Amino acid sequence: MRANRLNPFSSLEGSKFLGIFSLLMVICIYTAISSDRFLLAANLENIVHRTALFGILSIGVAFVIVTGGIDLSIGSVVCLTGVMLPFLLTQCNWSVAASLATVLGASAAIGLFHGVMITKMRLQPFVVTLCGLLFYRGAARGITKDRSQGFGLEFTDLRSLATGHIPLFGDVAGDFRLPATTLLLIIIAIIAMVILNRTVFGRYLFAIGGNREAARYSGINVDRFTTSAYVICSTLAGLGGILFVLDINAAQPSDFGNFYELYAIAAAVLGGCSLRGGEGNISGVVVGAAVMVVLTNTINLVHPEYQKIEFAIIGGVILAGVTADALVRRLVASRNRANSS
Amino acid sequence: MTSATAAIFEARGVCKRYGGVHALDDVSLSVRPGEVLAVVGENGAGKSTLMKVLAGVVQPSRGSVLVDGRPTVFAHIHQALSAGVALIHQELNLAPNLDLGANVFLGREPRRLGFISKKAIADQARQHMARVGLEVSPEVRLDSLSLGQQQLVEIAKALSVDARVLIMDEPTSSLSQQEADKLYKVVRQLRERGIAICYISHRLHEVTDLADRVVVLRDGRSVGELSGAQIDRDKIVRMMVGRDISQYYQRTPLAAGGVAITARSLRTSAFPSEELDFSVRSGEIVGLAGLVGAGRTELLTTLFGITPMLGGSLHVDGKPYAPQTAAEAIAAGVVLAPEDRRQCGLLLQKGVRWNLSLASLRKTLSRWGFVRPRAEGKLCTDTIEQLRIKTPDRESPVHTLSGGNQQKVVLGKWLATKPRVLLLDEPTRGIDVGSKSEIYALMHELAGRGVAVLFASSDMEEILGLSDRALVMHHGRITGEVHRDQLSEESVMQLAVAET
Repeated sequence: MRANRLNPFSSLEGSKFLGIFSLLMVICIYTAISSDRFLLAANLENIVHRTALFGILSIGVAFVIVTGGIDLSIGSVVCLTGVMLPFLLTQCNWSVAASLATVLGASAAIGLFHGVMITKMRLQPFVVTLCGLLFYRGAARGITKDRSQGFGLEFTDLRSLATGHIPLFGDVAGDFRLPATTLLLIIIAIIAMVILNRTVFGRYLFAIGGNREAARYSGINVDRFTTSAYVICSTLAGLGGILFVLDINAAQPSDFGNFYELYAIAAAVLGGCSLRGGEGNISGVVVGAAVMVVLTNTINLVHPEYQKIEFAIIGGVILAGVTADALVRRLVASRNRANSS
Repeated sequence: MTSATAAIFEARGVCKRYGGVHALDDVSLSVRPGEVLAVVGENGAGKSTLMKVLAGVVQPSRGSVLVDGRPTVFAHIHQALSAGVALIHQELNLAPNLDLGANVFLGREPRRLGFISKKAIADQARQHMARVGLEVSPEVRLDSLSLGQQQLVEIAKALSVDARVLIMDEPTSSLSQQEADKLYKVVRQLRERGIAICYISHRLHEVTDLADRVVVLRDGRSVGELSGAQIDRDKIVRMMVGRDISQYYQRTPLAAGGVAITARSLRTSAFPSEELDFSVRSGEIVGLAGLVGAGRTELLTTLFGITPMLGGSLHVDGKPYAPQTAAEAIAAGVVLAPEDRRQCGLLLQKGVRWNLSLASLRKTLSRWGFVRPRAEGKLCTDTIEQLRIKTPDRESPVHTLSGGNQQKVVLGKWLATKPRVLLLDEPTRGIDVGSKSEIYALMHELAGRGVAVLFASSDMEEILGLSDRALVMHHGRITGEVHRDQLSEESVMQLAVAET
């Protein structure tokens, strides 16, 4: 992989994916060697399940980051949908369909609002979504009177959307059953990849992130496409919130989804998205989310004594990863210069 | 001013090369205390390069700069400043978010016990500002002042370091008439106080009013010097122009067709009070001449829907046309290769393929929202071949290409949309001679296919060599129209510096 990354003719996207994938493999191998519980079916199921939940959030934010924006409100949108769904179902006695449609619709509306504020009012994405981060959490606590929300013993069918397993590989994988959420992630990731890489819409998002002015001068409706990226991001955050609460069956409005926007952004950046915009690929983002989940798992299994400094370890690994990436890039750039002159 | 006084500031045989291009070739000039020396020349004659050399912003390739008769090498603009030479630049070197006092003393703030003394700054700044006739509080933010006042702040700053030589580079280019008048007054006062002033301008009336001597530059060379009663506008114009047209322009006359685009009483945001009327026929190449700041770029971006049109009407192929966005312009067949192609024309980090297909993805290269890779690939291969774009392959990021090939990518992007009207802003800026002639040939070919071509250029040879007709702009107005048989540097330049 190293040789490949140093090869100036290999594609940047491909080498970035190889880099993050190797990082994931190194962590997995280290954990598998250090702990005999890592490869247990239940542990692996848990890892791909949690990767799916965070991966969905990360794919959403990747759309925004590709356009050169940022969304800091994801965790609060997770919280808002996470408490609203049980609240509507158990306290307001709404139907399942109406409740799901309402929370997803509200998420999309939040994204639309962000997009309009950013493109029409020309506010900075950081500021708009930072205010969103504060506002939606406050709203969630207000609506629920700050009381924990859950489904109790009801709605087991609905909850199986997040807790269920599919015995897809029953024969080959032994006890391993594919979590329903992972299947959902795979579907969403494939759709996202097709949108970003195969459609005019995806090309426009990259163009806007690459050079906003050039996109405008090429006749692209920059405002509309930027706004749709925020709608996608918030809708996926809302979906993530639904899955999280269905999975855990309890959502405390004051801390549900706390910091999830940072996990999502970190996964997207690890996966090769540039915060300057115009760069990113979905497979890298999903692997980035997996790195975050596996790291937590490693700490729990191998070094439980470090659980208190989990954040410090995750932060350190991400920093090391992006530093290595920057160094390799600089090396490639200088070699390119040497080659061309 | 007496001719007995020795020159305080002198340039001897200054040369400056950028790559293979001589920006300056053996230029000498001198300026005495209490004298205004004007340096004039066309766009690209080397005026700004000369000023940068004099102020120590760039180093001359050969020749020397003398202060008080002693050769001096300015390694940096600060050294020039401490020798008493200050440059007042076209773009101001001030911090808009700080107050006036802070700007005047930026980098050498009076201190008391290590802390900045606001009182000392205010008191001293007020004195310096009074010297340039600027009567505002030193505590207001710089960006609350008009451009003319900001320019005076810059001069006050130069005076606060006891500058004895002021180099002013197009100081009135963005000022209103009243502000310019005020500046002239300050310049005259400074001259009386014995300061030597080197004044670059392309506004000939201010040169004839202010200057004690005039040095005329052309193609990086000094072509003559006028002083006192010799200073005469027509004489200066004759010296500025008049050279051979290079061979690489193909002057094949084209038979123009019907009118492709018409503007009636068009008003742009740059000069809201001026109305523009013109038309371009299909198959015609029309040059848009004028000096920097005449409003050519704003006219083109207005035609392209990027800057709003404030009034008047446009027609394309006889149909009313009022573009609000570039998308509407492109749909009507009007496209623009912008002046700043790196900033506005290209996705620099992305490959040639993405850049070439960007404007035609939706219309011709996709089905149900999906990009058709084969159609896109074919378009790219064809365009690269047709325009002879030199690139290692279709995926090479365009920032790795030369300026000429980058411009070809921009043009290729537009050709794919089959335009009716092609607008170009400085189509060959920063492009080597070989690619230039290819781009000229391309413009001819397009005109031959019936495209109406309107291009703005500061390069006089380009205007003369390519245009079937030239429109000349001055300060937001079209001051004249010159047909090919009357096209000459003098006829265009007279209109470009029109002062009525």
